Amino acid sequence: MHFDPKLSRYSRQMLYEKIGEEGQQRLSRSRVVLIGCGALGTVQANTLVRAGVGHLRICDRDFIERDNLQRQVLFDEDDIAANLPKAAAAAAKLARINSEVCVEPIVTDVNAANIERLADGADLLLDGTDNFETRFLINDLAVKTGRPWIYGAVIGATGLCMTILPHDTPCLRCVFEQAPPPEMNPTCDTVGVLASAVNIVASLQATEAIKLLIGKKHEINRHLVHFDVWSGRFMNMKVQSAYDEGDCPCCKRGEFPYLDGQMGSTATTLCGRDAVQVNTGIPCEAGFEAIARKLEPVTQSPVQHNRFMLRAKVDGYELTLFPDGRAIIKGTADPQKARSLYAKYFGA
Amino acid sequence: MRIILNGQPRTAEEPTSVADLLSQLELEPVRVAVEINEDIVPRKRFGETPIRDGDRIEIVTFVGGG
Repeated sequence: MHFDPKLSRYSRQMLYEKIGEEGQQRLSRSRVVLIGCGALGTVQANTLVRAGVGHLRICDRDFIERDNLQRQVLFDEDDIAANLPKAAAAAAKLARINSEVCVEPIVTDVNAANIERLADGADLLLDGTDNFETRFLINDLAVKTGRPWIYGAVIGATGLCMTILPHDTPCLRCVFEQAPPPEMNPTCDTVGVLASAVNIVASLQATEAIKLLIGKKHEINRHLVHFDVWSGRFMNMKVQSAYDEGDCPCCKRGEFPYLDGQMGSTATTLCGRDAVQVNTGIPCEAGFEAIARKLEPVTQSPVQHNRFMLRAKVDGYELTLFPDGRAIIKGTADPQKARSLYAKYFGA
Repeated sequence: MRIILNGQPRTAEEPTSVADLLSQLELEPVRVAVEINEDIVPRKRFGETPIRDGDRIEIVTFVGGG
């Protein structure tokens, strides 16, 4: 095979018959927006930049911590010492991997106010988030603007992946209508996560992304993939009738509450207190006892709670949660950090 | 009644709907997707959809980590 010499670094990928030189050229003209650059995000970015996408915008609100290195493949100990935000550290690493790809890091909390601007011009939105709320926000935008996105999520040894082509395949809310209340959400920071499960989900997402970016929409996996990497059980769930026969608020009724700002949390810095109030608007239905049990393994001291509030000390922060789903995060004045801690320990 | 739930054989009381089964398992309907014999059950039909002897049922819980 004789490929264009300018594409020689992609020869093994172009040899794969489904991609070829034409697919590679299409890939090099594609624009992707990755929302969240933690475990799933770094693996997707790594794969897609090596694969030769044209432009990758990486949006993330966090800084790197030591316990990220077990699975977040673009980061290392030097990045932590340099106190780099994830988006910036990822972009620097990716520039050394493939300087031909334009990688644009944006350090920001993706929310209803900025997602339309961040997603502007994207052929595809990729899910690298760690919470339900941002996923529903991405879903609202994707369905409203008819742009594909690829849901991926992981916890423990289990993973889920689903490609969403608005008004063709089911959207996320066709399949899972609501975010569970915070206290029911295990998170990677409370029950752990295996890097191997992350790598599988992100690899499935990256493969689906490549199919869409080279114009092979008809070859996407139209199922909800779910698996447990520990037991080795992999399943494809047929979900099409959730769209065809469903009554989805987003797809069928044209309601976009996350994008309209009616749903979703707010974070407000509390003046002079080194604290931020986060309000998800989702009440804690299961009660503080269950949340306390979930948090106890990761807190430095016993979790205190009464019927008015729950208080946990973790990572040098004090998290106080109220029954209406509101929380005060003490130890930071940064709303993005507070939202991030809320998502990490209470789930959102 | 014998069913196969996420690949594991188990017994369920009858008569049982998808909604009853979720309740027995203490799962919130809004955070799961349910498939019976390889077809998803739309959420609005959880209450009326029966579970029959020998059904292969998959319940996928909504996951938010990443």
